[in-house]
Order: sequence, then structure tokens, then C-alpha cells
Amino acid sequence: MFRYYLKLGTLSIRANPMLSALMVAAIAVGIGACMTIFTVRHVMSGNPIESKNDQLYHVQVDNWNPDDPYDEPDGAPVQVTYLDAKALFDAGRAFRQTTSFKTSRVIQPDGEDARPYQEDTRATTADFFPMFDVPFLYGAGWDRASDETQDHVVVLARELNEKLFGGEDSVGRTLMLNDEAYRVSGVLDTWNPVPKYYDVNNNPFEAPAQLFLPFSLAIADGFDNNGNTSCWKPIEEGSGREGFLASECIWIQMWVELQSASAKQDYMNFLNAYVEEQKLLGRFPRPLNNQLRTPEEWMKYNEVVDEDVDVLLGLAILFLVVCLLNTIGLLLAKAMRRAKDTSLRRALGASRAELFKQHVIEAGMIGVAGGALGVVMTWFGLRGIENIFIEYEFIQHLVRMDWSMVALAVLLAIASALGAALYPTWRTCNITPASYLRLQ
Amino acid sequence: MLNMKNVSKVYRTDTVETHALREFSLTVEEGEFVSVTGPSGSGKTTFLNIAGLLEDLTDGTYELDGRDISKLNDKERSRVRNEKIGFIFQSFNLIPELNIFDNVDVPLRYRGFNADERKRRIEQSIEMVGLGSRMQHLPAQLSGGQQQRVAIARALAGEPRFLLADEPTGNLDSQMADSVLDLLAEINASGTTIIMVTHELALADRARRNIFVRDGQVSDNAPELHLANMAAG
Repeated sequence: MFRYYLKLGTLSIRANPMLSALMVAAIAVGIGACMTIFTVRHVMSGNPIESKNDQLYHVQVDNWNPDDPYDEPDGAPVQVTYLDAKALFDAGRAFRQTTSFKTSRVIQPDGEDARPYQEDTRATTADFFPMFDVPFLYGAGWDRASDETQDHVVVLARELNEKLFGGEDSVGRTLMLNDEAYRVSGVLDTWNPVPKYYDVNNNPFEAPAQLFLPFSLAIADGFDNNGNTSCWKPIEEGSGREGFLASECIWIQMWVELQSASAKQDYMNFLNAYVEEQKLLGRFPRPLNNQLRTPEEWMKYNEVVDEDVDVLLGLAILFLVVCLLNTIGLLLAKAMRRAKDTSLRRALGASRAELFKQHVIEAGMIGVAGGALGVVMTWFGLRGIENIFIEYEFIQHLVRMDWSMVALAVLLAIASALGAALYPTWRTCNITPASYLRLQ
Repeated sequence: MLNMKNVSKVYRTDTVETHALREFSLTVEEGEFVSVTGPSGSGKTTFLNIAGLLEDLTDGTYELDGRDISKLNDKERSRVRNEKIGFIFQSFNLIPELNIFDNVDVPLRYRGFNADERKRRIEQSIEMVGLGSRMQHLPAQLSGGQQQRVAIARALAGEPRFLLADEPTGNLDSQMADSVLDLLAEINASGTTIIMVTHELALADRARRNIFVRDGQVSDNAPELHLANMAAG
């Protein structure tokens, strides 16, 4: 009977092309608006490291102003000072740990005509790559020894490797950065986590760095921090780079990998002990307020998904509801037009259940058509958002529509159509056949 | 076969109560050809709708083939309609977007026959009404008489034991009406029970038994019909 009902659905849609087109359009517009916003929200709220969510923790220690918390009412700073980053990293109490900050380097490509240019760079430690499951196309990251010896090694993003070395295996090759020679230790495969969970306070949606090099080297050579820096105490005048490194300014992101709940508890105890020790030295004037947050918790804490996006999503859902109410009206009109046909089928032996199936399948067909058109509208909606915010490079990462979103759009459209069809179908199935067949 | 006892049907609105049938009793035996006549609003069509399970009765009992219809649920009633009853309407009631073949196919689909069996029955019944060459035509491409023949083919395809016809010739000219009645007589001769509602006394006389309905009841006093019968000789 399913094929028969598909055939009847097709005939009915053909017999009422205007009404059917209006229903498809109403569903498509609602789905398009809803899915456009939902897709953006979906990308923004994703967790690219979900598989290790219960092992990775962002570290927060509260070194802030005793009279003015970093974040009301008692939020700890979102980055750490160099003093704390170094001390915690050197203690090596976690299974893996990494400190990093955003910087930049000037690349000097080979060739006489090649012009130097600046690239986003991340200064980090050896554990960054295995901790965050960073995929390698060639080679690997540097080892922990290189962190200590401040080796001039570099890991390239795939895109940069294609640009500089034509995509070849460049491991072992030399790259000049700010007049210094670096040995390529590895080339990343495509890696573009959205949101950029490991550094959400420096725009979670910007493209990842093209260069990765040792944190210790960046500190020793005085690389500038291109990310956010916040201070609550003035840096001693004239103290220069050393004064900055010794200050209470926060500018470094620190993550640890802890493989069990007990390991997490042990690490928290260690953090508490560390802060208590620092208090004795006159630092950390605020009450103990150390935090270890998973990537998911960390992104929520930093409100990676802006509240405005949720408001927009709510409005888009309301718009979908309005579209569905229109669809219900259209379906009711269609049901009334077909009351005689329905009555005849009842007279010829169709039970209410069979008629229900017939109408639900037809509504499903309208839903599929609405979903397909809704996907197209979603695509146009996303392109519209991309064009509006074209000057922001990160926008292209938010307007990607993957297959799960396509499937969701179609499913939502079908569910919407079926939901909208329930009342009209119920009305149709409860028609008293005699009252329509009697009409001459 | 059909046994109605003291059946009543009341239509109620907020302000009006209309008694369409009052203590209506009728028995129809297998193989009969019964015509039902009566003035407009007498309850003929209501009787036919109740007999065809298209409407519920308000009171009384209705047994079809020994089964109390009032005790059946929707699925069972639909099954009875589908397997035992064939309908012929005055306005043919063909589905305009389906061709003749597919129109006749409708009741067979709900019967659950396989494709071969459906095809055999459809072709057989369409051939029987003399429209074998028109199977792919749409209803709008046929004359009124041909459309009524298709409706008869649709009613016969499921081989029902019971055919209910509501003014089957009401929309046809006299020549077409005669041919449709000839067809009904032929069907009845093959054993199918027919109940035909009509307001035309001449047509009613083609049936083997005539029932006169007045004020929602079977009336023993049907002078017009007797007169017509006498006139016909």
C-alpha cells in the first residue's frame, strides 16, 4: 500500500499544484530560516575534541585583584601569568600539559622574488599535539627535550606547507622565520577545530595558526604576544621584558591531560597547594579559586555561543511555527476540497487507519519537498550571512553546512509537515461519508 | 440477509431534532432486487446510508448476514463495506484524476488482493460493463452513461453480495437509464442482491419487490406505485 499511497500523493499534489506549492514554500521558508540560524549555532556550539572531553582540562588559578574579581561575582582569570605557566608546567604533575600563546612570525620564502610575509603562529609545547589529537601529514611534533633546549623547530599547517613546499614532505627542510633558521619537524594534516577550543579568548572562530614552535624558544627570544593580555597590577616601569614575565599579567593558555577522576582530584590538590605556597610569598590575594574545566565546560563558561544567537534561534523557531500554522490552514483547505474523495474511499472500504496512512504519507511527501527546498534556502541563508560578514575571515567557518545538518533539515521538514498534517488528517478521517456522497 | 428492526435515525442540532427514520423495519433476502421509493425527504437515502454502513443508526438493530452491525468497530465495518457491499451513486463519484482502470482498482486495494488478482478482476468487470477499450481513459473523457457503467464495474469488481444503488439513473437520459437498468437486472440475475433507491416509479417497477417509504417508515399504503403498476398493465 505504501507505493499506492505514494502514487495517490503524487496525483493529489498534481491535482492541487497551487496549494501544494504554497505548502512546500511555507515549510521551506520556515525550515530555511530555522536551519540557517541552527547551522551557525551548531557549528558554534560544537565540541571538536569530544572524544577526550573527560581527559582535557583548562587550568585557571585566581591571582587577581582582591578588591575586584576578574569576572563578577568571583570568576577566576581565563589565562595564566608566565610565572604560573612556567611553574605549573615545570612541575609536570599531569599526564600531559601544555602552555601556549598566540604570536606571529615573518616567513622568508626561498627565491629572489619571494617577499617576506607575516603568519599567525602558536608558541606551545611538545604535548600540544598528542593532547589535542592533532593529525600529522608528515613527520611529527617536536619532543619534550626540544622544549627544554629551545630548539629551532617548527610544525607547519598543511596549507602553509603547500604554499612553501608545494605540498611535498618538508620534514627536515629549513624555513627562515624572522632571520632565523628553523627545521621543519612535521606538517599537519587538515586541522581546523571550530570553535578553537584551546584558545577561546582570542576569537574562538578564527583560523588556526599556520606555524607552531616551542614555547620556551618564544619566551627566550622575546616573541610578542598577539593575543589578549590583562593586568591588574602595573608592571614595574623600565623593567622591560623581564618585568612583564614576572608580572601578574595573564596572557597564556594552559591545558592539562588527566586520565581519571582521581588524577583530576590529585591535580586540583596540587594546584591548591601551589596557590597556598604562592600566598606565603605575597601573591594570590583572593580566596582559593582554582578551576579545571573540560573543553565543553570551558566553551560554555566563555559563552562561545553568543546569547544573541540563541535569541535569533528562538525567533527562527517561532517563524517556523508561523509557517506551520499557515501549512495547517492550507492542509485544512485541501482536506475540505477532498472531502468527497475521502468519503468515497470510506464507502469503498477504506478504514480510518488506511486513510490516515494515505494522508500522512502525502504530508510526508510535502515535507520531503519542503525539506529539500529548505536545504537550498538554508544554503542561500548561510551565503547571505557570509556576505554580510564578509570582512570577518572567521565567518566562513560558521556557515558550513554538513550532511548532518542537511539530514536534520529534511527530517525537521518531514516532522513539521507531519505535525501540521495531524489535525487536518484527523478531521478528514472523521468525516461522515454519507454527508458528502449525498451531494448530487 | 439484511434485517433491520425498529431502526431509527435522528439528526440533532442545537435547536432542531429531525427524525429521518422511525421504527424502520425491513428484511431483504439473498438474491432479491428491491426498489425503494417515496417522496423527497421520506428517508430513502438515510435508509440506504445505514444499510451501507455509511451512517450509524440511532436506535434499533441491523443485522447483515447475521452479524449485528452496531457491534462492529471501524475496521470491521470498513471490511464489511469493502467485501460485501457495492455502491452505485447518482453522481457516479469517480475519482477524476484516476483513469478507469485505477478507479475500479480502489476497493480492491483495500481488499488486499495481489496485483495479478486485482488486474484480473478489474479487466473482467470493465469488460462486463462494455468498456474494455476505455480502461486508460479519465472519467471526464466518458459520457454520463459510461461513467455510471464504470461505477458499476467498480462496485462489482469485489464481487459483493449486496449492491446499493442511490438513484443510479438520476443523471442519465432515458436510453442510458434503460441500459444501466438492464445491466443491474443482469447482475441481479447472476445472484447479487440489489437495493435501489429511486423516485421514478417506472424504474422502481423494474425491481422484483417495491418498498414505499413515507415519514421514515416502510408504508403499506403506496397508491402511486400501485397506480403505476396498474398503468403498466
